[in-house]
Amino acid sequence: MEFHKDVLNIDAEKVCDTICTQIRSQLKNDMHKTGAVVGISGGIDSSVVAALCVKALGPKRVFGVMMPEKDSADESKSLAEVLAEHFGFDTTLESIYDGCEGLGVYNKRDEAIKQVFPDYQPTWKSKIITPTNLLEKETFNFFTVVVETDTGEIREERLPLKPYLQIVAATNYKQRLRMTTLYYHAEKRNWAVMGTGNKDEHMQGFFVKYGDGGTDLKPIAHLYKIQVFQLARYLGVPKEIVDRIPTTDTYSSEVTQEEFFYGLDFYRMDMLWHAMENNVPKEKAAEVLDLTVEQVERAFYNIQRKITATEYLRMEPLEIKG
Amino acid sequence: MDKDTLKKEIREFIVDTFLFGEGADSFTDTDSFMQTGIVDSTGILEVTGFIEEKFNFSIENEEMTPVNLDSVDNLVTFISKKVNG
Repeated sequence: MEFHKDVLNIDAEKVCDTICTQIRSQLKNDMHKTGAVVGISGGIDSSVVAALCVKALGPKRVFGVMMPEKDSADESKSLAEVLAEHFGFDTTLESIYDGCEGLGVYNKRDEAIKQVFPDYQPTWKSKIITPTNLLEKETFNFFTVVVETDTGEIREERLPLKPYLQIVAATNYKQRLRMTTLYYHAEKRNWAVMGTGNKDEHMQGFFVKYGDGGTDLKPIAHLYKIQVFQLARYLGVPKEIVDRIPTTDTYSSEVTQEEFFYGLDFYRMDMLWHAMENNVPKEKAAEVLDLTVEQVERAFYNIQRKITATEYLRMEPLEIKG
Repeated sequence: MDKDTLKKEIREFIVDTFLFGEGADSFTDTDSFMQTGIVDSTGILEVTGFIEEKFNFSIENEEMTPVNLDSVDNLVTFISKKVNG
């Protein structure tokens, strides 16, 4: 196949029509639901999904739920409001902060961070990140916890297994609380919960099983992130949302999706992944992306490893055969 | 610790931890843990925790590579180098 710099450019109108037709058909024929509930975070993915739902169903059959908590950025709510006003659908604000407090989410996370930094204080900011040099060196995707003290001092340490798992388990509560909140609003209307994950998140496992992965329909799970940006522009998603740098919006220190999970900018990652999926020769991918063959090999290895390692997340509950 | 003993200890850890104590002959000393699916990226953290505790040294971030950690033989070479300097 031909591989060039614009190979992932889409015919946004056509893609949009296909998605909208299937949203209508799947809601009506497969689920017998009459509308769509979308968790809106002011990020590009949920904004595109909400816009697609409005286009497919009309604004009266779309309901947006904003679900901030202690570590959410202030602009997440304000941008979600801008989105809802722009596309004319109703919303509600459901803070999950009390739920997180009640379940001990922050205490459990802080307890894990203290295993690495014994003097850690809950007033400090924190985030976890992965290596972002994956083109330069073949490395495992270990996590590093970064804390910012009250005086602004930045400290970081690689996470051993136990605190790493506890931090992830604690913060995953947030996505699972959001999922139950969305189902409350969907079930009381007999509507469906829409997933907002793109192909990068879905296939590389950047989602929480039964959290943001727990939905009825995933309208953009087949689109690379850079294609979601194209769709956003076509749909007229407000510029401030399109221009916002994608973050996890889960940790008290802002952490981009690139440093948290992917280790590469979206354009190169999506292009490399596309090349890998379509058996484009490594030499050709390297030439088009201005990389060395070794860098392409490292990226292929890293992407494939993430896809394989996260199969569990996409797996339905297994049954005993026999 | 000689290399054969080291290899035996690593194998025992891998088989006990990731294979429920079964199938010790299902992978060779040169097989990649990741490619054979015995260990995933979270499992590698378990491997590094075991090594750091057992052999009493710290693994630096830049040492978190497949060349050092992704097979029994790679681990033996890496640990020997770290322990013996």
